[in-house]
Amino acid sequence: MAVRSTPDASGWVKSARQVERERLLRRRSIRSGSIATVSTLLVVVLLVWGVTASPGWERVRETFFDPEQFVRAFPDVLSGFLLNVKIFLIAEPLVLLVGLSVALVRGLRSPVFFPLRALAVAYTDIFRGVPTILVIYLVGFGLPALGLQGMPTDLATLGVIALTLSYGAYVAEVFRAGIDSVHPSQIAAARSLGLGHGGTMRHVVLPQAVRRVVPPLLNDFVSLQKDTALVATIGPLEALRQAQIHAASTFNYTPYLVGALLFILLTIPLARLTDYLAARSQRRRGQ
Amino acid sequence: MKDHSLLTVEGLWKSYHGHAVLRGIDLEVRPHEVVCLVGASGSGKSTLLRCVNLLETVDDGAIHLDGRDITDVRVDPDAVRKRMGVVFQAFNLFPHMTVLDNITLAPRKVHGTGRREAEQQALELLERFGLADKAKAYPDRLSGGQQQRVAIIRALAVRPLLMLLDEVTSALDPALVAEVLGVIRELKGSGMTMILTTHEMGFCREIADTVCFLDNGVLLEKAPPEEFFTDPKEPRTRQFLRSVLDARRI
Ligand SMILES: Nc1ncnc2c1ncn2[C@@H]1O[C@H](COP(=O)(O)OP(=O)(O)O)[C@@H](O)[C@H]1O
Ligand SMILES: [Mg+2]
Repeated sequence: MAVRSTPDASGWVKSARQVERERLLRRRSIRSGSIATVSTLLVVVLLVWGVTASPGWERVRETFFDPEQFVRAFPDVLSGFLLNVKIFLIAEPLVLLVGLSVALVRGLRSPVFFPLRALAVAYTDIFRGVPTILVIYLVGFGLPALGLQGMPTDLATLGVIALTLSYGAYVAEVFRAGIDSVHPSQIAAARSLGLGHGGTMRHVVLPQAVRRVVPPLLNDFVSLQKDTALVATIGPLEALRQAQIHAASTFNYTPYLVGALLFILLTIPLARLTDYLAARSQRRRGQ
Repeated sequence: MKDHSLLTVEGLWKSYHGHAVLRGIDLEVRPHEVVCLVGASGSGKSTLLRCVNLLETVDDGAIHLDGRDITDVRVDPDAVRKRMGVVFQAFNLFPHMTVLDNITLAPRKVHGTGRREAEQQALELLERFGLADKAKAYPDRLSGGQQQRVAIIRALAVRPLLMLLDEVTSALDPALVAEVLGVIRELKGSGMTMILTTHEMGFCREIADTVCFLDNGVLLEKAPPEEFFTDPKEPRTRQFLRSVLDARRI
C-alpha cells in the first residue's frame, strides 16, 4: 500500500522512506499515549481503593466529605475567600514595590547611602528569618498596641502590612539575584556610553534582570496567595476563619475542604503560568 | 597656537593587587590620528583603553582629553565618557533592545536628543554601513559581524571626539572580519580619531598612522607603520613581530 503525497510549493515529494518513518512514529505515539492512560487509571484506582478500604474511612467521609455541610458552608467560605483575594491583590503590588526598592538600595555604592543600605540589609535579614505567622502576630497585635496616631486598626489591613513585610524581604533577594545575574560587560557598555548609575540600572540592568526573575517571582506569589490564610490567626473573616466558625458549630470539617478547593482553584492558573514562563525562558536560553 | 594633541597620557601607572600592569605610559594622539596598540596578550593594551575611558582609576600619572585633565578627581567620569566611543571585543549590545534602540539610547538619554531626531540619525548611520534592514531586529538575530558593526555605530552615534576599539575582530569568524575592518577603514576616511588594539598585523599596517608596541606594561616602541614593521629598533619588538609571523606560518 503506497501513500502518495502531492508536491508542495518547493517541489518536494515525500519519499517512501519518509512516509514509512512518519507512519512508525505515529504508531509509537499512539502506543505511548495508551500506556500513559492505563497506568494513570491504575494508580488512581489503587489510591482510591487504599483510602476507602482503610478502617477509619467511614468516619473521615462523614466529617470531611459531607455534601450537605459543603453546600451549607460554601456561601460563607466563598465570601470570606473574597477577602483573601482582596488581601492578595493589595499585598502583591506592595510586595513588588518593597522588594524592588530594597534590592535597588542594596545596590547603591555611594557612602552617602550607607545608613539606607544598612537598613535594607537588616530588613532582609530579619524578615527572611522570622516565620510569616510570627510577623502576622507581631504586626497584628503589636502595631495597634503602640497606640500611635493614624495607625491602622483594621485587621485585614494589618494582615496586608505583615504579609508585605515578610514577602518583601524574599522578593528583594529575588530581584537582587536577577540584578547580579546581568553580566558586568553590559554595565561597562552602558557606562562607556556616558550613562550614570541610575540610567544604567533603569535602561540596561533592570529590564534584563526583571525578565529573568519573572518565574521565581510568580512562584513566590503562588505562595503568597495561600499564605493570606495565615491572616486568620489575628481574626478577620477570611476563608479559613469562616470555615473555622462553621466547623466549630457543627463539629464537621467539610468547610475546610471548601476552603482548600477555593485556594487550589486560585493557585492553579498562576502555577501553570509559572511553568509556562519558566519553560519559555529555558527554550530562549537554549537557542 | 601650535597643533595641540587631542589625548595626552603622561606617566600612567596602574596595578592590580600589587602587580603593575601599566608602568609609566606616555602617549600622544593628535586629532584625526589612528594609533594602533600591539603587544602580546596580557601586555596591558585593554587596561590602557579602560583607563582612558575612566572605567579604571589610575594609580599615578595623568590623562588629558582636549586639553583637560580627566584624571582630576573632581571631574565627572560620566561627562568624560560621553565624549568617547568604546567598542568591545564581545560587542556587548543590549540584548533586550532592538538595533535602533541600542543606537539611540545614549543620544536620547545622555545627550537629550529627541526620539525623532535620534532615530533619523541612527537610520542614516545604519544606511551608510549597509544595515538599514536590521533596524528593528534584536541583536541575537544578527551575525557576529553585523553585531559588531552595530556596536561601532552605537559608539559613533554620540559623535565622539575619540573612539577606542579593543580587539573588535577577535571574537569573529575569519569570514566576518573583513566587513568590520571595512567599517573601521571608512571611519578613518571620515577623519575619526581612534586608538585600537588588534592582532591583525596586516590591517594595523594599513590603517595606523602610528603603531605602539606594549611590552609588559611599558610602551617600548612607537613608530609609523612602515618603519615599525620593516625596521623595528628594539630587540623585543623584533622578537614579537617574528613570533606573530611564525604563528601565521603554522
Ligand atoms: N580587573 C583585573 N583584575 C586583576 N588583574 C587584571 C584585571 N584586568 C587585567 N588584569 C591583568 O592585567 C594584565 C594586562 O591585561 P590586559 O590589559 O587585558 O592585557 P591585553 O589586553 O594586552 O591582553 C594581565 O596580566 C591581566 O591578568
Ligand atoms: Mg585585551
